[in-house]
Amino acid sequence: MIEVNNLHKSFGEAHILKGITTSFEKGKTNLIIGQSGSGKTVFLKCLLGLFEYEEGSIAYDGKIFNEFSPDEKRDLRADIGMVFQGSALFDSMTIAENVMFPLRMFTKQSKSEMEDRVNFVLKRVNLDGAHKKMPSEASGGMQKRVAIARAIVNNPKYLFCDEPNSGLDPKTAIVIDNLIQEITDEYQMTTVINSHDMNSVMEIGEKIVFLKDGYKEWEGSKDTIFKTENEAVTNFVYSSELFKKVRKMYLEENQ
Amino acid sequence: MFRKPTKWSVMKTLILKDIDDLIIGSLGIVAFISFFVGGVVAIQTSLNISNPLIPKYLVGFATRQSIILEFAPTFISIIMAGKVGSFITSSIGTMRVTEQIDALEVMGINAINYLVFPKFIALTLYPFVISISMSLGILGGLAACVYGGYGTFEDYIEGVQNDFIPFHMAYAFIKTMVFAFILATIPSFYGYFMKGGALEVGKASTTSFVWTSVVVILVNYLITSLLLG
Repeated sequence: MIEVNNLHKSFGEAHILKGITTSFEKGKTNLIIGQSGSGKTVFLKCLLGLFEYEEGSIAYDGKIFNEFSPDEKRDLRADIGMVFQGSALFDSMTIAENVMFPLRMFTKQSKSEMEDRVNFVLKRVNLDGAHKKMPSEASGGMQKRVAIARAIVNNPKYLFCDEPNSGLDPKTAIVIDNLIQEITDEYQMTTVINSHDMNSVMEIGEKIVFLKDGYKEWEGSKDTIFKTENEAVTNFVYSSELFKKVRKMYLEENQ
Repeated sequence: MFRKPTKWSVMKTLILKDIDDLIIGSLGIVAFISFFVGGVVAIQTSLNISNPLIPKYLVGFATRQSIILEFAPTFISIIMAGKVGSFITSSIGTMRVTEQIDALEVMGINAINYLVFPKFIALTLYPFVISISMSLGILGGLAACVYGGYGTFEDYIEGVQNDFIPFHMAYAFIKTMVFAFILATIPSFYGYFMKGGALEVGKASTTSFVWTSVVVILVNYLITSLLLG
């Protein structure tokens, strides 16, 4: 579980995060949503420890990050898996080498043990047989699955995904969403996804945090988001005619 | 750069890869340029000797001095700033814009140690490249001199051996090691700290080449003043 309390982050004069308090639960897919410029990426990078913040705290399973010793911070990073928006696969390595990379860096496993683990994880993300391909030879969907495989190969406690569906067709996006949700459930990880894909919100949003102008405007789940009267949320989520109709049908069915 | 070093088993692979990319991969172009520039230096020297009192062996002597003192260490370093420097800036810069460096940092890896240190170690073999440049430059001068009819084999060899000062080799290799350090650090700096997208990677490579060349030229002046002045 990750608990965030009164988080503030600025870049010079620009105050980006303005006192965010929320929590992300273990074994659930937690979504951070909001318009471009709302502070989602900065928030995610603060959670990852890539950005330092001026005020507030982030606690991982009850322990406050800023109070960690350097060794504890290093141990925590070994427990974090991250799926980047552009996959961020290492160009000079094959798919199997990319997935094996965290094992090579952080474990003392033998080569055969590492290969077994890579085979298992690649099979889990339905990429059996793609071991020797280079990232440039893989499609966008395949690259995202490799990134997920690399993120989970070390059995992390926390999985972070920055817009995992960006640039993917709707069908592949749903495959990736479902894969993340299945893996979260299977390994009981605390998963935090930064997204502005409304399909993801409706499919896997077990907990949703809506950011607006650096504030936490609303939080709920994929069920409560249909019922919310918060104008900022409804304007953002139901901006398309399709989602307006979906919401109307949901509300009629559940009256 | 030395805090939280990368595991040796991984670092070994990175160093070998960088030796291949930066050193072995540069030998072809360095050999080609050195051989033909050595030839041109010999021809130019020969054509500018009109006084019959000047000994014939001066062609070999002048070629050796030009190649060992300036061409091999300094001008090959400027060529390497274009080849190796641009490669280092663009490869690290591309990793920056495609979030690969962020991925390393999220994993808790010291990205500077992982990316820059192997290049630094690989470039400690740079004097090997310069030795080859020196040898081929002098050989190119010999070939141009003998086969172009500008002098005899014996005269050229006599010139190469004449008045040889071993400290000149030390001076050339001291410069070479300093230039190796410059070639590893300035391009890495421009790649690592770049911001933006693909266009900025190109701009960073150009800026890195310009500044590496400027620093090489200035440092060359300083070292020459200190050691030979």
